[in-house]
Amino acid sequence: MKTLFSFFAACCALVLLSNFALVSPGYQVGDKVADFRLKNVDGTLVSLADNKAARGYIVVFTCNTCPYAKAYESRIIALHQKYASQGYSVVAINPNDVATVPGDSFAEMQARAASQKYPFAYLQDESQQVARTFGATRTPHLYVVTKQGADFVVSYIGAIDDNSEDAKLVKTKYVEQAMTDILAGKPAATSSTKAIGCTIKWKKA
Amino acid sequence: MTRLRFLPLLALLLSGSAAHAQQVTVIKLPELQKRLSRQNDTTYVVNFWATWCAPCVKELPYFDQLSTTYARQKVKVLLVSLDYASQLDKKVKPFVRRRGLRSEVVLLNETDPNSWLDKVDGKWSGALPFTLIYNQKKQLRAAFEQEFTQAELTTQLQTFLR
Repeated sequence: MKTLFSFFAACCALVLLSNFALVSPGYQVGDKVADFRLKNVDGTLVSLADNKAARGYIVVFTCNTCPYAKAYESRIIALHQKYASQGYSVVAINPNDVATVPGDSFAEMQARAASQKYPFAYLQDESQQVARTFGATRTPHLYVVTKQGADFVVSYIGAIDDNSEDAKLVKTKYVEQAMTDILAGKPAATSSTKAIGCTIKWKKA
Repeated sequence: MTRLRFLPLLALLLSGSAAHAQQVTVIKLPELQKRLSRQNDTTYVVNFWATWCAPCVKELPYFDQLSTTYARQKVKVLLVSLDYASQLDKKVKPFVRRRGLRSEVVLLNETDPNSWLDKVDGKWSGALPFTLIYNQKKQLRAAFEQEFTQAELTTQLQTFLR
């Protein structure tokens, strides 16, 4: 009887915990990032700690299929080309449920990365746990994390720029503004912005 | 042969009525804000969607159906397309016509979502679909950054109609 009760209690605790995880708002600017280990399109496992020379990362939740993600694809590549040499590589993470969006399967990710010659890691968040932990809601959803001691700390969350349709009409490059501050060792003046995107396709419970 | 002669006329009538059935008005933020704060006893269901957003397209019929289901109650549905204004004639209007949408459809023509998302609702991170339900008289308002099933939508709307 007692064991049955403790089993029941454990179940309750689990349900509570998992609910908590679902409603957790994710990272805010200033939060320490829990490192992850996700499979890259080249088959290797990638963690933030792998690159000892990194000063930080530009982490982008993105995917193959969302029109907004596609509209920003070349701009994400340009971000990597601009900031990787300054210690901030792009790490792209695809969190979409493959059962819902077959176009976001690992094989399709590999094909996309190859055809567009991604110069950065493109990781599959199969359990969606990394997206949940970050609090990502949409693709693209961007986070700049900065190395502080042994940890990575969130320095910027949000939009890439202010015009998804046409890169030539952009007036404010939000993430580049933030990067200018961050590279100067200052907190980003605008550290949190919003953007329209495709909702992350969560696994059906 | 006599019957065939009526065909062009019939086609003209059909296409004319279809075009008349639905307009898509292009609006800016101030107009949208007005529509999000109507001071009366109607319950407004405002759904933000786009033709490119698969979960939006899937749930649109549930929203469009509300106007019929609740025809005898004070319920109004507004479908706000976030497609680019450049896609109005190419994508949005044909979509609305093809689907036979009966609810009012507007297209919000604004860039820089960071400047206006919070003015629509502070809880909206920017993911689509997004839905607001409000009734100013009852001082009720709810925001949903999620996809609805028909049952979920009905349940939520019912709480406004009690």
